[in-house]
Amino acid sequence: MAKARAIVMTGNGTNCETEAAHACRLGGFDDVVIAHISDLLAGEVRLDNFHFLNLTGGFLDGDDLGSAKAQANRLKYAKVDDLREHLLDQLTRFIADGKLILGVCNGFQLMVKMGLLPAFDGRYLTQAATLTFNDCGRFQDRWVYLKTDSASTCVYTKGVAKGLYLPIRHGEGKFVVDSQATLDTIEAKHLAVFKYSDSSYATPTMEFPLNPNGSVNAIAGLCNETGRLMGMMPHPEAFVHRINHPRWTREELPEEGDGLILFKNASEYARKNLL
Amino acid sequence: MARRIEIALRNGVRDARGERIKREIEHFLHLSVEGVRTIDVYTVDAELAEDDLVKAASEPFCDPVIQDWSIDRPVATGFDFLVEVGFRPGVTDNVGRTAREAIEYISGRPFAAGEGVYTSVQYLLNGALSRTDVERIAKDLLCNTLIQRFVILDQAEFMAQGGVPVSVPKVTAETRSQVREIDLNVTDEELMRISKDGVLALTLDEMKIIQAHYRDPAVLAKRQEMGLSDKPTDAELEALAQTWSEHCKHKIFSGNVEYIDEHGNREEIKSLFKSYIQRTTATVRQQQGENDYCLSVFKDNAGVIRFNDDWSLVFKVETHNSPSALDPYGGALTGIVGVNRDPFGTGMGARLIFNTDVFCFASPFYEKPLPSRLLHPRRIYEGVVEGVEHGGNKSGIPTVNGSLVFDDRFAGKPLVFCGTAGLMPATINGKPAHEKHINPGDLIVMTGGRIGKDGIHGATFSSEELNENSPVTAVQIGDPITQKRMTDFLIRARDRGLYNFITDNGAGGLSSSVGEMAKECGGCRMDLSRAPLKYPGLDPWEILISEAQERMSLAVPPAHIDEFLAMAKRFGVEATVLGEFTDTGIFHIEFGERTIAYLPISFLHEGLPPMEMRGVWEIKRHEEPAIEVSSDYTADLKQLLGALNICSKESVVRRYDHEVQGGSVVKPFTGVANDGPSDAAVVRPVLDSFEGVVVGHGICPRYSDIDTYHMTANAIDEGLRNYVAVGGSLDLVSGLDNFCWCDPVQSEKTPDGEYKMAQLVRSNKALYDYCVAYGIPLISGKDSMKNDFYDGAVKISIPPTLLFSVIGKIDDVRKAVTMDVKRPEDIVYLLGETANELGGSEYFALRGEIGNNVPKVNAEAALTRYRALHRAITDGLVASCHDLSDGGLAVALAEKAFAGGFGISADLKSVRWSGDSTEKNDAVLLFSESASRHLVTIRPHHRQAFESVMGECGVSAIGVVTEEAVLRIDGLAGTPVINERIDELKQAWQSPLREL
Repeated sequence: MAKARAIVMTGNGTNCETEAAHACRLGGFDDVVIAHISDLLAGEVRLDNFHFLNLTGGFLDGDDLGSAKAQANRLKYAKVDDLREHLLDQLTRFIADGKLILGVCNGFQLMVKMGLLPAFDGRYLTQAATLTFNDCGRFQDRWVYLKTDSASTCVYTKGVAKGLYLPIRHGEGKFVVDSQATLDTIEAKHLAVFKYSDSSYATPTMEFPLNPNGSVNAIAGLCNETGRLMGMMPHPEAFVHRINHPRWTREELPEEGDGLILFKNASEYARKNLL
Repeated sequence: MARRIEIALRNGVRDARGERIKREIEHFLHLSVEGVRTIDVYTVDAELAEDDLVKAASEPFCDPVIQDWSIDRPVATGFDFLVEVGFRPGVTDNVGRTAREAIEYISGRPFAAGEGVYTSVQYLLNGALSRTDVERIAKDLLCNTLIQRFVILDQAEFMAQGGVPVSVPKVTAETRSQVREIDLNVTDEELMRISKDGVLALTLDEMKIIQAHYRDPAVLAKRQEMGLSDKPTDAELEALAQTWSEHCKHKIFSGNVEYIDEHGNREEIKSLFKSYIQRTTATVRQQQGENDYCLSVFKDNAGVIRFNDDWSLVFKVETHNSPSALDPYGGALTGIVGVNRDPFGTGMGARLIFNTDVFCFASPFYEKPLPSRLLHPRRIYEGVVEGVEHGGNKSGIPTVNGSLVFDDRFAGKPLVFCGTAGLMPATINGKPAHEKHINPGDLIVMTGGRIGKDGIHGATFSSEELNENSPVTAVQIGDPITQKRMTDFLIRARDRGLYNFITDNGAGGLSSSVGEMAKECGGCRMDLSRAPLKYPGLDPWEILISEAQERMSLAVPPAHIDEFLAMAKRFGVEATVLGEFTDTGIFHIEFGERTIAYLPISFLHEGLPPMEMRGVWEIKRHEEPAIEVSSDYTADLKQLLGALNICSKESVVRRYDHEVQGGSVVKPFTGVANDGPSDAAVVRPVLDSFEGVVVGHGICPRYSDIDTYHMTANAIDEGLRNYVAVGGSLDLVSGLDNFCWCDPVQSEKTPDGEYKMAQLVRSNKALYDYCVAYGIPLISGKDSMKNDFYDGAVKISIPPTLLFSVIGKIDDVRKAVTMDVKRPEDIVYLLGETANELGGSEYFALRGEIGNNVPKVNAEAALTRYRALHRAITDGLVASCHDLSDGGLAVALAEKAFAGGFGISADLKSVRWSGDSTEKNDAVLLFSESASRHLVTIRPHHRQAFESVMGECGVSAIGVVTEEAVLRIDGLAGTPVINERIDELKQAWQSPLREL
């Protein structure tokens, strides 16, 4: 039987690879590979052999030129040793093949800055939005309520009733767009899958700390029109079991954490459509 | 010619960094500014095609959605003053390094030697400011002149000059590679001048031992063979000074002490380290017999204990005080990334699983005058918090536990404790991973960063008090990303079995790391001309002792060297063969063809006789404050909740990622609104298992004002009771001691040295007594002994401080307990007895008093109770558990209540009292800091089971959790002595540091 295969790209400062790989396994992927970017650039590991790419959180290159900027540059210009192609070529092929990409935190920043999101009408590699410094001016580690858009075509959020409770951990998570038109299109096409909200997941909020960074329209996560590419600032891989929850010692909670469903949906989609 | 690229935010985009600077100018400098905007500047000093420069500016450097770029065209407009801050030559510029790599990807060619990218930041200030005001803003806030420089221009000057002139902070020294010889056949005065002027921190006795070595005919004959004279080279003298420094050699802890107690009894102590610390562990391990879980203690960079059959747990806590005093950001950043390399360089290397931080500062609101060289405590607070934030977060290691401790004497030197735990497989390639061996013939390999002038004399400088002339080169700035790349690579090299030995390059640089490694196998031969340098102009001795960061030293067998170097290259990590290990008995250093150091290993490591010191103890009586009798202590409680040592540190803690790696179980904050203070942390390091690591700590320097013996006993007890409170097991627990002392050696500068030494002896005695009583083996530790400031007029010594960290295991993390009350009707139990022990308490400190009745620890009774409590927790009987410490019972009740969002009604009549009943009153019961106490809540239906597990352990039900959100405590007279809504109490607790 064919296997659903996930890859977690790491190196140069990513740091959530272990728990992201764990979440992929719990979510139902048969093979999960943590690949250092040097393995990819050496041609030893190829994106073509996988169905689900995880761009995880971390501090790529220390966020030195602005979060994920240096990695976006690397992916654009770095060549794979033996194949005479850029790593970017593998990535565009991966997207064209209808496969899945999830960018979390630093991975979301990377996707937005490479122009993989929102990428209206398949116009990949054209940047239309960005993620910049939190309004509070500080790195924040806190849990947030995320209202999901049930009208979205997003592959990952299928079956989520109201929303998810997840931690954010970032200094540059304020979502900003290049124009009102971009924002209108995001809203019209239901691409803003996750919005920071009140604790009942009823209304999006601009109020700190519920909205921890001041993102426009309280946008915490975004998918493209295919629903297969998604980026989000909160960390789904950090809540896969009830004991990850900050109040697990005082609340009745299901065994599974809120974040796991995203990985389950990904593996289910891969099984149905990509194997 | 160098080119300037400027990156500015577009109009209408919020400048969060500028807004923060504006707030800080107003908050800390009390100057009002209308606005602050910022511009990033990249000065590119490299031969580049115009097209590549435009690509660099417009792609990686600029975010097109919010920023604009320009090349060689200043963009600043509409400001009153402009301040541009950049680094001094040679200072680590991490953003510059990343910018250079980005350009290399674009141009497809590496930078040539001497080419580089340098970053700076422009601050555009608007408002009614004078140039003097702006100079103050630049010096006191924006720029640390030790490592940075600034330019101030007003609008007119800016226009006249056509912007900020291009400046390239390149190190322009010529290649000299000089080796000097130092004549030691001189007077004693001259010997001391050599030591002092060279920042060698060697005493006259030590200089004379070196002098004698160079008069030994046998030594001279060998030297002649190597082409060396009868005078030491600078490299030799520096290597000796580094190896013999207090920082590296721990002379005070290994010396001989004559101790005289308060009755005049004399005692000869041969090495405090051996007599107390090592002996503690030996005794405990003997008691544990077959259950001994210590694997590697005191012999490696960190301690190692067994976690389970498959994994071993590694832990180390270090301090980085002196560098943090000079450059709080860089010093603290280096502190955390430096301690990361300790577990990483232990055994064959460990994966890092969490950090812990404890900072001791003077009040950030300090208003008294300070000696000129000292930075304001608020700058130290800001810089240290940010440095450790960047170091920890960027390394992807969760910061799970810590403290902030305040005492104005820490203005003399802040204490920056950084700890890191790691996990290593029990065996790697069939061999125990906590062991390692070097074979003669193995190659000396250095990996990671390059060597520069940063961090020269770090080891010797921190072995002296801070003074006017403390060297600027002693400061390093860490680079978490270079280190992360290196550790990613080395973990893979470890698993492939490519090296035999690994250790950290920390204090003392190559001299220390290779010197220590040479001791393992009996010698080395190393050629410093092969070492990769950041820039030319370093003399060989500087290469030898530079503490430039992000480096590990390894022993690689020749058979694996090709694979090792190829893998390093692929990971983008520099690795260089510097020589080989030998069994010649000589620390042999060359520069090209020339031998520049030829020191017998025995002399280098064993040549120093133990120091002779004296400690004389006396009991200092403080005035005993009268305890005010009152019918209502609510205001006192609120004042205590707002005391710096008690109040919420959430504004700091939220800046640290405590959840990365996905194993967080008990987080720093807990309770209904995620804001109650946890006692200790629980982490699950292996995600498909429920076995957990528990870490906590104790620290109580205020008690040192009365007696360091009891200070130490309380620190140990506090560490353990925090650990027990969340569910830590007493069957697999270990301790780690960090001594931070003021200079305890009697001298002209330290006339009270004998008392301070006696304080140190007493602390060690308590360490032995209590760790043995509790069955806690010490697995590692560190001491920092010169935490004083002295400029010839003002002397500030820190209070003797022991940080006692406790690390161990919880078998099933699903049994862990948090401190917040859970439900109304639950019964509140106080575990342990309360006595008249307000000496050194926060309650007395509010009144500026110390008192004398310091809390005393009864370890036997406490241990029995902790064991019973652990059983109750394991049986699932405990709904919540919180330890009592600063502020006593009243503070603990308040914290439990507001964290859980319910009230508590309690009665002081039910509190178990110990001692003279005439001393019992409401204030003592509320605020005494008697040790070994916990507050727990129990569901009513568990009452009987709980009481039966606890047995005769000194447990009493003192109250009940209430739906009504009020803390009400009835006094001995039967009427409420505290009565307040919990939101008011929480407000008092949260407000002091919320805005920092």
